[in-house]
Formats: sequence, C-alpha cells, structure tokens
Amino acid sequence: MNANQAAESLLASNQQKELEDLPKDYPLSTSEDEGDKDEERKHQKLLESISSLNGKDRQKLADRSEASLKVSEFSVSSEGSGEKLVLSDLLEPVKTSSSLAAVKKQLNRVKSKKTVELPLHREEIERIHREVAFNKSSQILSKWDPVVLKNRQAEQLVFPLSKPQSAFAPIEHVVNGWKAGTPLEQEIFNLLHKNKQPVTDPLLTPVEKASLKAMSLEEVKMRRAELQRARALQSYYEARARREKRIKSKKYHRILKKGKAKQALKDFEKLQKVNPAAALEELEKLDKARMMERMSLKHQNSGKWAKSKAIMAKYDLEARQAMQEQLARNKELTQKVAASESEEEGEGQEEEEEPLVPDLVNEVQIKANGLNPWMFRNHFIDAKEAEVQKDLEDPAEPEAQETSESEEEKAVVEEETLLKEFEERRSLRQKSELNHMAEPVHRRVTKDPSSQEVLSDLRALCQKLSTENHQSGKQELSSARTAQREEPAREEEEPMLLQRPERARTLDELEELGREGCVENEELPRTAVEGLQLEKNLSNHIGAPKEKKRKEQMIDLQNLLTTKSPSVKSLAVPTTVQELEDEEERDQRQIIKEAFAGDDVIRDFLKEKREAVEASKPKDLDLTLPGWGEWGGIGLKPSAKKRRRFLIKAPEGPPRKDKNLPNVIINEKRNTHAAAHQVQVLPHPFTHHQQFERTIQTPGSTWNTQRAFQKLTMPKVVTKPGHIIKPIKAEDVGYRSSSRSDLSVIQRNPKRLSIRHKKHLENNCVD
Amino acid sequence: METVPEPGSNVPPKKDRLQTKKKKPRRYWEQETTGTAAGASPGPPRKRKRNRELRPQKPKKNDTSKKFRMSKKPRELKSPRPQRSLSGAQDPFAGPAPVSVEVVQKYCRIDKSKELPHPKTKTRSRLVVAEAQEEETSVRAARSELLLTEEPGFLEGEDGEDTAKIRQADIVEAVDIASAAKHFDLNLRQFGPYRLNYSRTGRHLAFGGRRGHVAALDWVTKKLTCEINVMEAVRDIRFLHSEALLAVAQNRWLHIYDNQGIELHCVRRCDRVTRLEFLPFHFLLATASETGFLTYLDVSVGKIVAALNARAGRLSVMTQNPYNAVIHLGHSNGTVSLWSPAMKEPLVKILCHRGGVRAVAVDSTGMHMATSGLDHQLKVFDLRGTFQPLSARTLPQGAGHLAFSQRGLLAAGMGDVVNIWAGQGKASPPSLEQPYLTHRLSGHVHGLQFCPYEDVLGVGHSGGITSMLVPGAAEPNFDGLESNPYRSRKQRQEWEVKALLEKVPAELICLDPRALAEVDVISLEQAKKERAERLGYDPDARTPFQPKPKQKGRSSTASLVKRKRKVMDQEHRDKIRQSLEQQLQKQEKAKPTGARPSALDRFVR
Repeated sequence: MNANQAAESLLASNQQKELEDLPKDYPLSTSEDEGDKDEERKHQKLLESISSLNGKDRQKLADRSEASLKVSEFSVSSEGSGEKLVLSDLLEPVKTSSSLAAVKKQLNRVKSKKTVELPLHREEIERIHREVAFNKSSQILSKWDPVVLKNRQAEQLVFPLSKPQSAFAPIEHVVNGWKAGTPLEQEIFNLLHKNKQPVTDPLLTPVEKASLKAMSLEEVKMRRAELQRARALQSYYEARARREKRIKSKKYHRILKKGKAKQALKDFEKLQKVNPAAALEELEKLDKARMMERMSLKHQNSGKWAKSKAIMAKYDLEARQAMQEQLARNKELTQKVAASESEEEGEGQEEEEEPLVPDLVNEVQIKANGLNPWMFRNHFIDAKEAEVQKDLEDPAEPEAQETSESEEEKAVVEEETLLKEFEERRSLRQKSELNHMAEPVHRRVTKDPSSQEVLSDLRALCQKLSTENHQSGKQELSSARTAQREEPAREEEEPMLLQRPERARTLDELEELGREGCVENEELPRTAVEGLQLEKNLSNHIGAPKEKKRKEQMIDLQNLLTTKSPSVKSLAVPTTVQELEDEEERDQRQIIKEAFAGDDVIRDFLKEKREAVEASKPKDLDLTLPGWGEWGGIGLKPSAKKRRRFLIKAPEGPPRKDKNLPNVIINEKRNTHAAAHQVQVLPHPFTHHQQFERTIQTPGSTWNTQRAFQKLTMPKVVTKPGHIIKPIKAEDVGYRSSSRSDLSVIQRNPKRLSIRHKKHLENNCVD
Repeated sequence: METVPEPGSNVPPKKDRLQTKKKKPRRYWEQETTGTAAGASPGPPRKRKRNRELRPQKPKKNDTSKKFRMSKKPRELKSPRPQRSLSGAQDPFAGPAPVSVEVVQKYCRIDKSKELPHPKTKTRSRLVVAEAQEEETSVRAARSELLLTEEPGFLEGEDGEDTAKIRQADIVEAVDIASAAKHFDLNLRQFGPYRLNYSRTGRHLAFGGRRGHVAALDWVTKKLTCEINVMEAVRDIRFLHSEALLAVAQNRWLHIYDNQGIELHCVRRCDRVTRLEFLPFHFLLATASETGFLTYLDVSVGKIVAALNARAGRLSVMTQNPYNAVIHLGHSNGTVSLWSPAMKEPLVKILCHRGGVRAVAVDSTGMHMATSGLDHQLKVFDLRGTFQPLSARTLPQGAGHLAFSQRGLLAAGMGDVVNIWAGQGKASPPSLEQPYLTHRLSGHVHGLQFCPYEDVLGVGHSGGITSMLVPGAAEPNFDGLESNPYRSRKQRQEWEVKALLEKVPAELICLDPRALAEVDVISLEQAKKERAERLGYDPDARTPFQPKPKQKGRSSTASLVKRKRKVMDQEHRDKIRQSLEQQLQKQEKAKPTGARPSALDRFVR
C-alpha cells in the first residue's frame, strides 16, 4: 500500500496541473490546506516525523498524494529546479532496493500505456446505443411471437379476450366437498371414510399406497452402498479413459488396435465353437459393415484426412504407409463375397436388360399383337372396350417382353397356344349357348352391345393370328366378309376357321327363332349389307391410306348410326304393331329406310361440323398490298411469293374438344356471362389458381349440413357490444408483467408455478 | 272424373295367391329372425316373393348433398380413448360414432390425388386448413346419412321370373292399402289425349287435354283444386315453382293460371308454344314454339330473359337436364341440341338418330340422356363430355315419350304400351336388355312423368290419366326444407321467400356447373399480361439465377461464372428433354396403330 501511495505522489508531482482538481481524500493533505494554520501544522508535522522515526510509521513521511505549491521540507519537491523531473532520475536511488521491483514493474506498465483514445463520434455512439436498445427490445418482444402466431392462426377470436376458463371441477371434487345431509347418507359416508375407500376408481386406498411406498432401512442402506460403488467405479473408468486418450504415441495406438483385432478374432473363434448361431450373426454384422462401407466409400482416399495425407505422402514414409493401409482396408471391405457375386451379376444383367429394351419397342409389339392394321375397324373410344382390349392383350404380353431374335420361333408356338385357348373358350361358350336355349327366347335375342364389342375384338384378334399363319390377303378378306355375314349379335365371335358348321347351326337356330316369331327377319340381309360395307372400307383402307383420317371419321359416324342394335321384344307389344305380321314389319322398315334415304342426315351434320370448325379457327392475317413492287391493276394478283411473305399465320389454337367425337359439335365459345361471375383475381397468398380452387370446394348451405355450414361461415373475430377491448396483457396469456411495463423481461412466476404444480399433485393424488 | 278399375284387372287372377310382405325396418332390439324370414322362405305356399315398399309417410329432413366427386385416398376415422366417469364405469362407445370410409368418400369434394403446383408455406397452411375443413364437412355429411331412414322400394321376381310379367293388379294386391290407393285411372275420353305434370313436391298433379280441359288436383287425397276448360287446344301444361301457379301452353299464347283456375297472365310474346319446361332454381319457364324459338321467361320478375332461335324448324321435343338446367331440344334432322340462355348458339349438338328425334329425357344425375327417334331406336347417351351412346335398342314401334325417374328408371311410351327399364343403381344407366315393368293402357300415350318422391308413374293418354305403381322409382327420402310433400300453406310461403332469395341468375346456366367454382384463367392471364405491359417488366417472372458469393476464397469470378453456367445448362437440358418427350408423344400419336411392317407391305401401292 505504501509503495502505491508513493508512486502516486510521485506522479502527482510530475503532472501538477492535471492533478489539481483531484478529489482530496487523503487526511494528510486536507489538513495541509489551511494557510493560516501553517505554523501549527509545521509543528505538528515535525512532531509526527520525529515520532515516526522510531516506529513502523516511518514511511509515512514520504507520503504525499496532493499537489500543492508549498510542500513541507520533509518531502521531495521539484520546485525551483528549473527543469522537469524525469522518472528515471527518481528511480535511480531505488534501484538497489529489491523491495521496489514491483513498483518499477508497475511504472513500466504505466509508461508503456498509450494515451487514451479519442472518444467515438456522437452519431456512432448513438448508433451503438440504438443497436443495443433494439436488440434488447426485440428480444423482449419476441416473447410475444407465439401469442401473436396463435391468435393469427386461431379459427375464431372472441373479444374481449377472456382468460381460458378453468375447466369445470371434476365431479369427484364436488363430491369431496359435499356434506352428507340425511342420516342414511351420513352413515354411508362414515363407512366409506372409515376405510378411506376411494370414491371414484376403486384401485388402492391411501393406506395401501403409503405402505407400498415405504421401504425397509436395510434395503435403503444396501441400495445406497451400491450406488456409491457404481459411482466410484465410473469415475475411475472415466479417469483412465481420459488418460489413455491423452497418449499421443502412434505406436501405442497401433498396438492397441492390433490387440483389439486379435482379441476380436479370438472371441469370434470361441464363439464359433460355443454358439455357431451367434457367430453367424457376428459374421452378418461384419458383412453389413462391409456393405455399409461399400455404400459410403469412406475408406477411399477422398476424406479430409486422406487428402491431407496425400499431400504429405510424398515426403513422409509414415503417411504413405497409412494411406496404403487405408486403401487395403477399403479393398478388403469392398470386396464382394465370391459366392453371391455371380448371382448379383446375373441379377444386374437382368435388371439392366429390361430398361435396355425401350418402352416404345414393347408398345409396338403389343400393338402388333393386338389388331391387324388392315383389319382394324375404328371403334369409339370406350372405357369398356379399352378394358376388354387390355384383357385380350394380357396373354400376348409376355411374348412382347422377349427379344426379337427368339420371337419368330416362339411366336408360332404361342399363336398355337392362343388359338387353343380361344377354341376352348368358344367351346365353353357354345355349351353355355346350348344352356341358354332352354331359357326364354327374349334373353337370347337381346344382348348387350358391350359384349358385342368384346366379341368383335376377339374376332379381330383371331383374324390377325390367321394372317400371321401366312394366309393370303384375299383369304383374309373373304374370311372377314363371311364373319361379317354371320348374325352379329350371336355369332360375331366365331373365327373363320370353324365357321362352316357354326353357320349351319345358326341358320337352324334362326329358323327356330322364326317359328317362335321372336326374330327380326331383316337381320340376315342387313348383315349382308354390312359385310359389303366392310369390304368397301377395306378397299378404301388399302387404296387410299392418306385419306384415312377423314374416312375414318365418316365410317365412324356411319357405324354409329347404322349399327344395328338388337331389338327389344317386350311382352306387351303396342296393339298397332301386334297386328302386323313379321313380313309387314319388315316392309314397314323398308319404307322407313326409303323415307330417310333422301335426307342424308350424316352428311349434313358433317358439313355443319366442318363449318363450325372452320369458323372457330383463328384467321390468318394477309398484309399484302397489291401493286407494291410489281404491276398492279384489274385482273392482276400479287405474286404467290409476295403473298407468302406477307401472310401472318395465326397461332394454332388448342385442340377442339370434339376432335375425336364425330357425332358431336361442342361450342368452343366462351360463356362471358358466366365468366363475369367467376373469380378473376387470385387472392394474396395463392400463386396458382388450382391452389385457390381447392380452398373453395365446400360452398354454401345447400351442399353442407347445417352444423358444417355454421362452422364454415364462422366469423373470424367476434366482439361483444358494449365491452371494451383492451390490449393483451402479459397476465392474459400466462406471462408475468413487470412493474415497469409490459415489455419488460418476462419470466414465469415461480410462485404461481409452484401453486400449479401443487394443484397438479393434488389432482394426481385424487386420481 | 271417376276412378275406374284399370283394364289389367279384368284378366283372370293367378292360381296361387300372392304373399305380401312389407319389409319393416329392423330395430336394434330385434333379432335377425325377421331378416331371414324375408330373405329365404322355403314354405311351399309362397311361390312368389314380391317385396314392395312404397314411399315414406313421415317427413324427414335430408340436407345432405347428392352429387360429389370422390377421392381415392382411404382414411381411418379415429375414436378417442374412453373417459372415466364417476362410477368408474367406462363408456363402451366412447367418442363420436364411427363413420364408414366409403360413405365419407362419397361426400369428398377435393381430389387429393391431383398434384398442386408447389405451394409456399403460407399457402400450404391455408390449403391444409381447407382440406381439413372439407374432410370434416364430408364426415358430417356422412354422419347425417343416418337421417335417411327410408329405403327405396323394389320388385323382385322369383328366380327366373320376369318382373315385366307382373301386372299392375298383382302389385296393387300385394301392397298396403295406402300404396294401393296410389294406383288409379281417370277415365277422360271426351277431351282427348292428356299431358300431365306433377308439382315439385310430388303432391299435386295438373293435366291438360288436347281439347281444352285443364285440371289440377291433390292426387294423393284426390281433392280437386280447379277444373276449367280453356276452350282452346292445350299443347302442354306445367306447374311453376309451387302448386299455386300453372302455366298452360294453349293454341296461340302461353297462359298462366292460379290454383283457382283464374287466368293471371297471358304471355303474348310466347306464342304457339308446343312444350314447356320449368327450371325451379332459376325461376325460368322455358318454352319451345312452333316458330322455332326457345324462349326463357323469368317468372319471378315476368321478363323474357332470352329468346333463342334454334334454326331447326318446329320445336316439339324438349326436356331439361336437372343437374345443370340446360335445355335439350330434339330436332327433325336427328340431332339433339343443348341450350343455355347465356349463349346464342347451342352448347352442344349431338347427332343421335338417322330420323327425327321423337323424345328426349335426362336423368336426375345429369349423366345419361335417353333419346328415341323415328328410326325406332332407343339410345342412352353419356352426357359426361363424350356424348357417345352407351346402349341402344330397336323397339318394335319407336318410343314417342320418355321419362327418367329420380332413381334412374327409364319409362318409354310406345303406342298404348309403357315400358320401364331399370339399371343397377342410382347413377347407372338403365340396361335396355329387359324391361322392368310393362303396362298396357286404354289409349295412346301422350304424356309421361314419374312422380317425385312417390313410386308412381303418371301417364297421360287418349283415354285419360293413369297412375301406375313402379316400385323403386322415386327417391325415398325427401328434403323437408326443399320439397316437402306435407308442407302447410305457411311453410310453402316461407319456402317461396327463401327460394326467391336463393334464385340462381339465368346466365349461370352452363354445361359444367362446377366450372363456376373455378378461377377464370383466361382473364387472369390477360390481366397479368396487361400488367406486365404496363410496368414494362413482369413482376412475377422468375429472376435469373445469380450465384451467391461464397466465403473462403471460393468466390472467384471464374467459379461464379462456372456455377451460373451449370444452372443454365441444367435448365437447358430440362427444356430439351421435355421437348423430346413431346415429340415422341406426337410421333406415337401420328403412328397408325399397329403399324408393324408386314410382309405384304411391299405390294401396297
């Protein structure tokens, strides 16, 4: 302390001006200030100094912490010397004394210190203050974030915000507080309370619970000792591990590792002898590790460590060795097991092979298997039909999977099998038909058109197969024709291979049906007509493939309207018709046909459709100016080149909806009246119209139940009239508000928490 | 008017008496015995099993919707754990009642299988909320199916027996008295063939004879409300929104009468009307005239909303699609055209028959349309976009009148015979293979309509009116707030006010009513384009990739450029891949199906 003070006094003398306004704390200096009591003071000083000579207080003489002009003679002063006092001069005599080394050190430190830095700019200081304040307040405010988020996402907010109502007291509590009134009740309650019988769930009485909780003293002691031991062991182990970890010797670690590996091997061998199953599991684990390694490729020279080693390897033998070791390990780990390798390879090949065959090829093959292009009759796109086709193609699909080399050989075999299948099916059907003979007649006559389509498809397939059996085109045609001539409702499915006996049978049947008077006599000629039509179509197909598309549409439409639908023969036939004999009916049909022969409905409709399509097409813009750059005048037209140059082609619009529907004209014009009622602007958070559309799928009370509608139309905010809506306070949402403001640092009230905790405990007890 | 026994009852009765069994709804306290007794009764005297159940007698509220899209995603409905009660007993059926997933799916309206463009987090939360809401509403709707207590009636023949052979007399004998009273005949030979119309609640019946006889009655109690002769040919008759107003298409003009028979209006702008059709939700009376005009008259304000020239000559075949309020007109050139008042041209034109179209009918789900033409064909068309025939039959004498029932039964009047075909379920098309019922009338059919909410088919013919029993024709559960057959006068008035408030504007009639719940994409795009034009740049456009500068000295210009290049190349590659795929698809389409080169190709010229 004294040394410090001395240093201070020295400093003070050196920088008098600065020190003048220092606080005058020291008792000595305060007494010196009085000018008029100089004499007294001097005397006093003298006395003190004398008295101090003989005691510990000797040092006090040198004490001086105050700068003043008049210094007593007993203390050092630089006054009158004329030059400034240098610190080193002062320190000279002190050098010898070792006790002042500390002072010197301190002085050095002081000397080395630079001058005080300039204070920061005011703006900068303010900025820092602002930043700090912002951070603080934002931290405070962020406490409110969950509350705000909750309120934003809430389905409904009811203002004024009321505290979440405490749940209704469970009935058990009510019962507990209830006093028994009548004597009977009292008696019952006495009984119950005497045994402390639980009122609610009869599990355990409090006494039983307590007895369960209690534990004997010895038990507790033993347990405690056990715990102590475990703790001690753990600490030993930890200490050892720490020590070992600190060992930096590579050799030690290598030896350690090797030792471990050896130990593992030994263990494994032992295990193999003792428990082969477990050993196998171990082996599997190893294998798994290998697989993991294979997947991760950790031991290749791609890691951070490996890279650093790679740089070092040039110069450092050890690093090179380490790298090699790692590579070896990688090799070892990634090596495949010999037995499984071949299998995997095979699988891999197979797997590779499949995608190698592009989908297109497969599709083409499937198509080739499906229908003969020449015999293909375009049907309407019908879901049923598509399904049926798929079914038909299913057996052919495996064939398509195979490579083209073996296909030719296998195809023949498969065709034969297919044919067999079909024959089997046919025979089955024939049987079923025979069964049907017993049934009422009308069932036989009326058949579903879908089944017809199925049959026609089947027929087409058969025909295709026949073509592949190297039959000539003519034969095909004839077969198709003959197939067509059969009664379509029943016999369409018959392949031409077996048609002869079949047809005879059908004729017999027809006769029978005729006798029963339930058949349309017209059917035979009609089918003939259709057959002819088909032939014509076929020739069209072959002759003019370019016009195919247009023709197909035409044919479709014709088919649509002319395909004969099976007639219904109801029990009650209208009287007028009943009188007619079958022949007369036929005559009538003929008359109807003749009547409609004139107005070609189909052609008119097609024309209309063409016009509609043309009208809806965007028009090209022709900007040619006749007479510019060439001769103009009456009868002269701008050259084709020029017209081509100045023709602006309109962009092709989207495809028409009725493009593939020959019998339909769909108006493509926009319904502007309805569009006025549609939503035209996407609301804010949505970026795509589909997203928004999904949120408006449950409209109105018409399509929802009453409750659902009420919930859907619930107002987002509900206010009570006449009630003040106050801002949210911290207490409202479970925070504690401080005395200063709501924005203060919010803490959970420990007291309150404890209360809650207690309550919780109580509840538990009750339960 | 007198009620006469129907002609079918004259025939000698069957040998074996019919055993009638009215199927009672099974109560939970009852055992399975009743069901088995009804199901398989091996008793020898019971040769025929004809279970028939007619309409409900109690009004029940049914406010669930009837048509929805389905979603494929299966869902499990959880039930929370049971709660303890004071007594310690546990509720064995804790939580809300379980709902079958299939029923819930029926009411689902969001197709979750459809992928949405990747939404931002804010949007996603909204979508999640919307989906949850939709799921909840569909569950609620499925729950409220419990309120649909009544089951539809049915008619079953014994194995192998044809239901079409069952006569009306047999049915009348088999059913209870109240239902049997619904079969009656009005013998009105004097005033010629009759057109008829049931009110929307199915309680009232109006009919008009060719020779001017117009009458309305509460057909259940047979109480006549009015009967007049308009001294003019009556072409068609139709109730307006309630049974209090009656539109009659007379020889020259359209007249409107009230239920007292007092003429309220004579609409001279609708002249020579042949057919009438009332669109109940739009309050529109659609009239088809001989002059070829289709006129929409708004009966709530008395204004003509639209007069459309069909340009197809005389219009005498008209029906409405109850699903979307589109009017179907049949023409003499074999086409059926679909009209909405908002469009001057037909929405769709379908070529249905080679000859002229004689009758058109659309079922209540709006999925199927039945047409019959002069070529004696009866066809059922699919109305869901493709407009292709699903099935077709040639009838011995083409059907002149067609009608669909609420549950999808199709009735056709051919001469003096009525045939009825049934499908598998409500939304399935009627299979024309075999008639479900047939009935012969005393005169030629001139008007056909199924009574709503009653298993009754009303037939107007030259001999009067016949009310046929057709089990399983009508919807068994009605919505008491919407069309209540038992409503009082006060209730009717209140309903009228509500219906008027909820009137749908005429211009909203379009082919797909669900399209109104979609964003108008065209104007949206247009607005976007205009905005971009106005601003000079597209504010929504994706900014080109700008690599972020990286720390640690990896942010050299070269690497920045490299990264930029990489992203650009990736985009470019994607674009090329897409275009290649498109090309492939095009090629596939262009390729003729099954164009595998055959050996015979070399001979093709």
